[in-house]
Amino acid sequence: MDSSEPLPSGEPDDRPAVPAQRSDQDAYLRVRDLRVRFDTEDGVVRAVDGVSFAVERGRTLGIVGESGSGKSVTSLAILGLHDPKRTTITGEISVGGRQVVGLADEEVRRLRGRDMAMIFQDPLSALHPYYTVGRQIAEAYRVHHPKANRREARQRAVDMLDRVGIPQPARRFDQYPHEFSGGMRQRAMIAMSLVNDPALLIADEPTTALDVTVQAQILDLLADLQAEFHSAIILITHDLGVVGQVADDVLVMYGGRAVERGSVEQVLRSPQHPYTWGLLSSVPSLHGDADADLVPIPGNPPSLINLPPGCAFHPRCRYADRVGSRSRTEVPELRAAGADGHLVACHLSAEERAERYAEDVASVGVAR
Amino acid sequence: MTDEPLLRVRGLTKHFPVRQGLRATGLVRAVDGLDFDVRPGETLGLVGESGCGKTTTGRMLVRLLEPTSGSIEFAGRDITHAGRRELRPLRQELQIIFQDPYASLNPRHTVGRIVAMPLQVNGIKPPGGVKARVQELLELVGLNPEHYNRYPHEFSGGQRQRIGIARALALRPKLIVADEPVSALDVSIQAQVVNLLRNLQRELGLAFVFIAHDLAVIRHFSQRVAVMYLGRIVEIGDRADIYERPQHPYTRALLSAIPDVTQLGPAGRIRLTGDVPTPLDPPSGCRFRTRCWKAQDVCATEEPALVPRDGGRQATACHFPEGEAASTSPEREEPSTGPEGEAASTSPEVAGPITQLVEEVPS
Repeated sequence: MDSSEPLPSGEPDDRPAVPAQRSDQDAYLRVRDLRVRFDTEDGVVRAVDGVSFAVERGRTLGIVGESGSGKSVTSLAILGLHDPKRTTITGEISVGGRQVVGLADEEVRRLRGRDMAMIFQDPLSALHPYYTVGRQIAEAYRVHHPKANRREARQRAVDMLDRVGIPQPARRFDQYPHEFSGGMRQRAMIAMSLVNDPALLIADEPTTALDVTVQAQILDLLADLQAEFHSAIILITHDLGVVGQVADDVLVMYGGRAVERGSVEQVLRSPQHPYTWGLLSSVPSLHGDADADLVPIPGNPPSLINLPPGCAFHPRCRYADRVGSRSRTEVPELRAAGADGHLVACHLSAEERAERYAEDVASVGVAR
Repeated sequence: MTDEPLLRVRGLTKHFPVRQGLRATGLVRAVDGLDFDVRPGETLGLVGESGCGKTTTGRMLVRLLEPTSGSIEFAGRDITHAGRRELRPLRQELQIIFQDPYASLNPRHTVGRIVAMPLQVNGIKPPGGVKARVQELLELVGLNPEHYNRYPHEFSGGQRQRIGIARALALRPKLIVADEPVSALDVSIQAQVVNLLRNLQRELGLAFVFIAHDLAVIRHFSQRVAVMYLGRIVEIGDRADIYERPQHPYTRALLSAIPDVTQLGPAGRIRLTGDVPTPLDPPSGCRFRTRCWKAQDVCATEEPALVPRDGGRQATACHFPEGEAASTSPEREEPSTGPEGEAASTSPEVAGPITQLVEEVPS
């Protein structure tokens, strides 16, 4: 991608110069101490427990985590898609200066689609099988442009289909989702999310269901559209490779909390949290020793109903014993770690982390 | 490792008829003439995108699907059309692990019963009793043998996959077909299961056909790798050859499309245009030509054979395979005018602005 404008997006060279969180005030999306709880029969699920971050226009935040880390719940909270009867949301979510938490349904609906939009993992379940693809996109446009007539909406939808790289958009307009291939469907959904020029785009595992050659096309398309529309993007994924390729900043979540945050350089090149280390050394790579064993993280991701006390990662952490009982009694705060804007929530001291990383992690897996 | 293959596959083909009412209106050529061998204790990785026929191949190997033509020879016996009775002893030596650890275990059966099932079905009475053998197997795959009486829903995804592995190992097989065994698992769990399978292979001398879409996982597991595209093998060779000296354009594109965590920022990638064409009506000649930047007229008329190169360990089905300089990026921008102008806009763009991404193959 070569953006001639001084856009931060996609210019890897200018990344280190930009601190990850320089001033939240300019950010289009600001999330402060977000907490999302569900009351269920089995108990209270603390799906998100005090997460803060900000995304400026033109930048991409990658949220990384495994199942149950709270990454998708966070994005649904931003979009106001949780059922208010079952969900308690506290904290602050500001989208373009407007507070979303506590806003009436009707108001959130007005923001949704126009100011913020979502791309889901599975386009087949996000598109209605009974209506043509074009009609659904035109409908999304008319919801926020009540003055637009049928023909204008159709024209807009055809333009969007064209923009996301669907050949013969006018013919494709009248086809049904099942007539589209997987990659085409994902493009159609991107067209639908972008039809109202939202400033904030949340993509939840947008390429997980796709083949790698198609994934590459979709990631390129997102980067390209971001350069054009200058949107803020949140990319939720479990794939660190995808994050490394498209994100400017990274938030690593575990058990509903942020455990590490920083620029993509900081988090992937000098990771600070043992969980991030574990993720990096457990991923098989195309480089390095193919015969060496991968270094898995022992155990399983925790249940959010019954989160381990203290640091939620401590039962899986090799270093938990080094800080005595603190790992079991005290939730570590997100604190500055080394370079500007790099934050980590870990009881280990900075010296200890540096030492452990150098000795145990840097020489194994892909973290090398 | 002897040179005598454990599994010898020749011309393996599976066509599914497409019917509308009573009339057969077409054929899905899911798998179309595969040749490969697997030697004892060796892992062959089958890799490709969705619709390339890798899963169909795996199911034919364990005879869950009847091949349309071709032959499968296992341990010297032709099992292509073996009947149920003939298959029974073979099933002991030839097992499969499925992708979905949620769908492949009966939720009403205890783990003990699930793992013991292959023993019962085959009327095997292990010395020391069924329970002891099952507990031994659970331990072998890293599960607590005390959990014998639990049900699948009490286990996590990674643990369920271990149960499936224990079941596959119950009859001491010689070959296991593993169909995407880790792709439904969380990242941190994938590594646990990959390591487990590798250890089992080393300890028990198992041969594997390891089916996956993830080239990085395949690399950590396979000695030999076959790359499939639309029902054919386009390239097969030793791991180092495939990953370091890929000769087929598709292999190269596939490798370069993987976002690797060791590289930050937009990577210089070969961008393939469009999607995989439908196997209902695969392109004439070379099936990859509609997405290939090197396609010439001959590619549309003549199907390239899987030709061994470099002393015979690596074979590539391409009219214009990469030469020695394969590791450099494809800066050569040959005018790739396909026949009927069909492949006209398929030249790859490397890390440039995207001008045109898609040229879908008319279906």
